[in-house]
Amino acid sequence: MTQTTSPVSAKERTPGKRRKPVAEQSPYSLGAALSLGDGYTKASAVIMGLGNIVRGQAAKGLLYLAVEAAFIWLLVTAGIPSLKGLGELGPVTKGSQEWTADGEFIFVSPTNSVEVLLFGIAWVAIVLLFVVFWTFAVRSAYKAEVLVAATGKAPTLSQDVKSLADARLYGTLMSLPTLGLAVFTVLPLVFMISMAFTSFDSDHTPAFNWVGLKNFGLVLSSSGSGDIGVNAKLFLSVLAWTLVWAFFATFLNFFLGMFMAMIILRAGTRFKSLWRVCFSMSIAVPQFVSLLAVNQMLQQQGIVNQLLTSWGWIDEALPFFSNTTWARVTVIVINLWIGIPYTIMQVTGILQNIPAETHEAAKIDGASWWERYIYVTMPYIFFVMTPYLITTFTANVNNFNVIYLLSNGDPPEVGQSAGKTDLLITWLYKLTVDKGNYNVGAVIGIFTFIVLAVVSLITYRSSGSYKNEEGFR
Amino acid sequence: MSAQASLSVGARPPQPDLEGPPRHGGMRARRIMGDVVSHVFLAVMAVAWLVPVAWVAAESFNADPNPYTTTFFPTEYTFDNYIQLFTDTQVMNFGKMFLRTLLIAVAVCAISVFFVLSVSFCMSRLRFRLRKPFMNGALILGMFPGIMSVVAIYFILKAMGLTTSSSGTVAALIVVYAGGSGAAFYVMKGFMDTIPFSLDEAAILDGCTRWQVFTRIILPITKPMIVYQAIVGFMTPWLDFVLAKAICRTQDNYTVSLGLWQMLQMEYIGTWFARFAAGAVCVSVPIAILFVLMQRFYQSSMSGAVKG
Repeated sequence: MTQTTSPVSAKERTPGKRRKPVAEQSPYSLGAALSLGDGYTKASAVIMGLGNIVRGQAAKGLLYLAVEAAFIWLLVTAGIPSLKGLGELGPVTKGSQEWTADGEFIFVSPTNSVEVLLFGIAWVAIVLLFVVFWTFAVRSAYKAEVLVAATGKAPTLSQDVKSLADARLYGTLMSLPTLGLAVFTVLPLVFMISMAFTSFDSDHTPAFNWVGLKNFGLVLSSSGSGDIGVNAKLFLSVLAWTLVWAFFATFLNFFLGMFMAMIILRAGTRFKSLWRVCFSMSIAVPQFVSLLAVNQMLQQQGIVNQLLTSWGWIDEALPFFSNTTWARVTVIVINLWIGIPYTIMQVTGILQNIPAETHEAAKIDGASWWERYIYVTMPYIFFVMTPYLITTFTANVNNFNVIYLLSNGDPPEVGQSAGKTDLLITWLYKLTVDKGNYNVGAVIGIFTFIVLAVVSLITYRSSGSYKNEEGFR
Repeated sequence: MSAQASLSVGARPPQPDLEGPPRHGGMRARRIMGDVVSHVFLAVMAVAWLVPVAWVAAESFNADPNPYTTTFFPTEYTFDNYIQLFTDTQVMNFGKMFLRTLLIAVAVCAISVFFVLSVSFCMSRLRFRLRKPFMNGALILGMFPGIMSVVAIYFILKAMGLTTSSSGTVAALIVVYAGGSGAAFYVMKGFMDTIPFSLDEAAILDGCTRWQVFTRIILPITKPMIVYQAIVGFMTPWLDFVLAKAICRTQDNYTVSLGLWQMLQMEYIGTWFARFAAGAVCVSVPIAILFVLMQRFYQSSMSGAVKG
């Protein structure tokens, strides 16, 4: 494990001078097509593919036309009702029994607003996708026109297909991963963000409605909502604890990990690889296993309390998860156990990359061990590690596993929806998955994002590695 | 292990000291002191690091299934916990959970390697209009708390009809784990960036298409990173807890992490704790081996893409 370096240092090794192919602005832009194109090209904006068919690209043109026809048919049959539903999510809020005009007895089930919202958002995405496809079609028609005028011939379908393996390979390779990201990352996010503006809590299910910014007000108001158990005070205390936690979890890990890495690297230390193996045990064992095991060890009746009692060191069980301060210190310390090995691996790699001459020069100039450490080693480590530290900080704000599996937010607070060690992220989880208050949970999620974005932007922009990429080359 | 480390402390040759007047006796005593202190420190720390792991391993052989024992090591050893774990399928079918997770892991591994390779090749070697927006978008997406979308993902899968049947949840977990993997391209892209562009240019001059550049030049050089990526993809379903918990609502659909978690719930823990420990060992050993392998490939790939 001696050579481990961060992805950052791999990037650093990139040769400084490298010819980068520059993305060229395509001459066949949408604006050019609509202003400079001839009648057929302009008509392609309405009848997609017309321009291509006229220029001898029949197959391609028909494909565009078929997609347009299919889209319009789907939009009319399924899309427009879905998009209309987006305006009023839950028209029928309560299930009821009614007599129809014919004297039949029917049950009116409430609207399933989750589905209405989901299909509405999906259709917005499909329409946007079609607009992009439409620009492709128009630009393709214009390109065909220009090429026919210049060379007398537009590329055939087989030439187009071939270009998908060459000049337009990115289109082939990127489509599936992008689709996956769109469906399983972007769509859920948009869906969840939109829930922040609805009344979707445990009382309003399955039918709910748009309520505007009410939920944001709820989370930030002093009285808050007694049912859900949120208010500004609780929000601020969870936020403060999240930041304190992320700060300690990041920097204690960093400094203690660096300290241990340097002790292992000391000239006099023997069995270097043995120590490294020992300290990577907590990474190699799956986190949920080790965290659940540690949680069991630290229970009121757990092995730690049992042993300490039987040795006569304590009279009553230590309140690891029942006292606020104890619980908070416990999760930070256990997180050291999880996190320090990562730092050791990173720092070891970096320390070995520090050019030996720098140290030699400092030594000859009469710098003591401590001065060399402060003025040579630390700046170098900070330079390389800043992006890593920011990512770690972000990951710690979102460190769901350690809190949820270790303390589960305990100790709980009466009448509040978050416990004393709950982070924003576990609070969000409890509000949504456990309690079904999706709207408030979504608000918390948005706030978490804002906190993260602000913190990472500020630190990243003021860090040396951003201002001066070439600094230590 | 470095050369100095193999020398014993006492036999170290005196090193030239440029810092001041000769005071070798004091220096040497101080150095030995430092060595002793650091070794004691490392030993104490190593014990702290190994205790929880050792405890779980020991408990997996404990004849007493209760978690709240009074001795650190079991008083009576047995192998029954492992046998029961896989044969006693009445309450919890751990063997089935294991196979299900294995199936998911293999599929996710294949798909995510393909996705990550595709995306990082495009980001590193090709230049097109949406390249920068895609990279920035991936960065911003990473800042949203992942838990936030868990519930939404469940609703989406439910609308797709993938949450009710057992095979449906397997498919659901595969598409969810693999679907988002395209955003995790930064490490692989960083590696590909170190491959000289002159290789691509030479190949294209010789008449290669970009696809051939990808398959014949970049892929062979990227091999160590592909192994790294494959292991990462394979490990995801074994290590994930949150997504699985949100998607698999009934015990018939559980993966191993959920199964192990279930064994520690109030109603099971009294009788299942030793089997939890056995299951934890069964999962941890392969993962630990894979992890060590992954480290090795990651290091070899970090020593540069093209040598010489």
